[in-house]
Amino acid sequence: MVKSNMTNFERELDQLKKDIIKMMILVSSQLEKSEVAFSNQDVAIAKEIHHIERRVDASDLSIDKECENLIALYNPVAGDLRLILASIKIISNLERVGDHADKIARYVRKKQIKNAYPKKLLQSVKLDVLFDEAQAMMEIAIQAFIEEDSAVAREVFAKDIIMNEIYSNAITQMHHYAEKKDAPTNQLLYLFSVINKLERVGDLAKNIAEETIFYLDAKILKHHKVKRLEDLENL
Amino acid sequence: MKEPIIDDVAADLEPTFPKLSSQGVNVFYGDKKVIDNVSLSIKEKTVTAFIGPSGCGKSTFLRLFNRMNDYIDIFRKEGDILIDGQDIYHASVKVEELRKKVGMVFQKPNPFPKSIFENVAYGLKIQGIKDKKILAESVEKSLRASALWDEVKDDLNKSALALSGGQQQRICIARALAVKPSIILMDEPASALDPIASAKIEELIHQLKKDYTIVIVTHNMQQAGRVSDNTAFFYIGELIEYTETKTLFTSPEHELTENYITGRFG
Repeated sequence: MVKSNMTNFERELDQLKKDIIKMMILVSSQLEKSEVAFSNQDVAIAKEIHHIERRVDASDLSIDKECENLIALYNPVAGDLRLILASIKIISNLERVGDHADKIARYVRKKQIKNAYPKKLLQSVKLDVLFDEAQAMMEIAIQAFIEEDSAVAREVFAKDIIMNEIYSNAITQMHHYAEKKDAPTNQLLYLFSVINKLERVGDLAKNIAEETIFYLDAKILKHHKVKRLEDLENL
Repeated sequence: MKEPIIDDVAADLEPTFPKLSSQGVNVFYGDKKVIDNVSLSIKEKTVTAFIGPSGCGKSTFLRLFNRMNDYIDIFRKEGDILIDGQDIYHASVKVEELRKKVGMVFQKPNPFPKSIFENVAYGLKIQGIKDKKILAESVEKSLRASALWDEVKDDLNKSALALSGGQQQRICIARALAVKPSIILMDEPASALDPIASAKIEELIHQLKKDYTIVIVTHNMQQAGRVSDNTAFFYIGELIEYTETKTLFTSPEHELTENYITGRFG
């Protein structure tokens, strides 16, 4: 809600945040739908994701322009400047999350996966858990930005450690399946691609959390290696 | 209000041999305390900006360094103001000698109603220098240093009052430079100028930094950002934050600083 005593610049920044939140919601819905589309090989939902993708791209361009204008017209400093710089990077990461969701949906739209996946395969790679973790990481990153809470943003790092473990296990299982004599090569290739994309979504969610922390606390966490939960204490 | 964070400043803000420093300085106008326990050090050949809302004491603090406040009857100071380690308020210090060392440029250009040459040579003549060659050389050198020589070299006998506002301000800077100071204090030197004249003064400050220690009071946040190495933020007589300019304008430590530089108050 816009407060009446806000300056014009504050209103512009408020609008910027709202526009980013709208983009976050769009991307989040793409990711959620991509799980349904892939799991059920649902072409209609896959097409829906592509429609959302166009809106995400349009948001990316318009928010980018909004940030450029704010820098040019208002000479922002300190927290205001950090919000705008973080925004530019956050939308770029959001747009890439949307791309990954759309690419997963494309396999379904183009009907590239010839046969249904054996349940055992999906269970052993824990595809549903990977989808859930990727979505959860995005949800937490979004919540941190909306609530302007860097402690919440830090939770994404803890989630990323879990995500990496599940991903690593999935890859091991894929190896195991690929070595079998009658390995379903076509399905395995697409599944491998989906798993990779979900792991990347986790990384992008982490980038968004890093930018939120930069905006709120002026701390740069980029390129910090967090391999164990103990490493989080040093952030 | 939180404790000022002056103990927590970057290493180059605590030079071993500061050019200027204040130690536990309080200033009173009558009973009113206008500067409250300010300690800071300024390194040689740097530009330091003093910022803060009107009435925060930044100009009063600046004027301590050339004893300009001495003219105010109700002025009283506690604590030490040092230049090159010497207490400039010590009884043995001659104010005229001090001001040769510490030049000052004011908000409004204030050239004398004399020729350009006479304006720049004024301080030297007061010092008793009469040699025309020395005077001419010094005037040229000062006008070159203030980036004005090429614009006025053929009109040195013209009245300084006929120049534009920006040129008049650079005449004032040349006049300050002619007596060979090592420190230049500037009290909002570009606030009365248009953006182009203002940009020339800012460029000049950059060039002068090679040879002089400069302290500038400004209300223009972007100007402080563009010209200074370090920035001190004052609020109601207190030094709230003193750090590298780039740090202050990207991630200020203190909420008051953040609110001021982002225009949330002031």
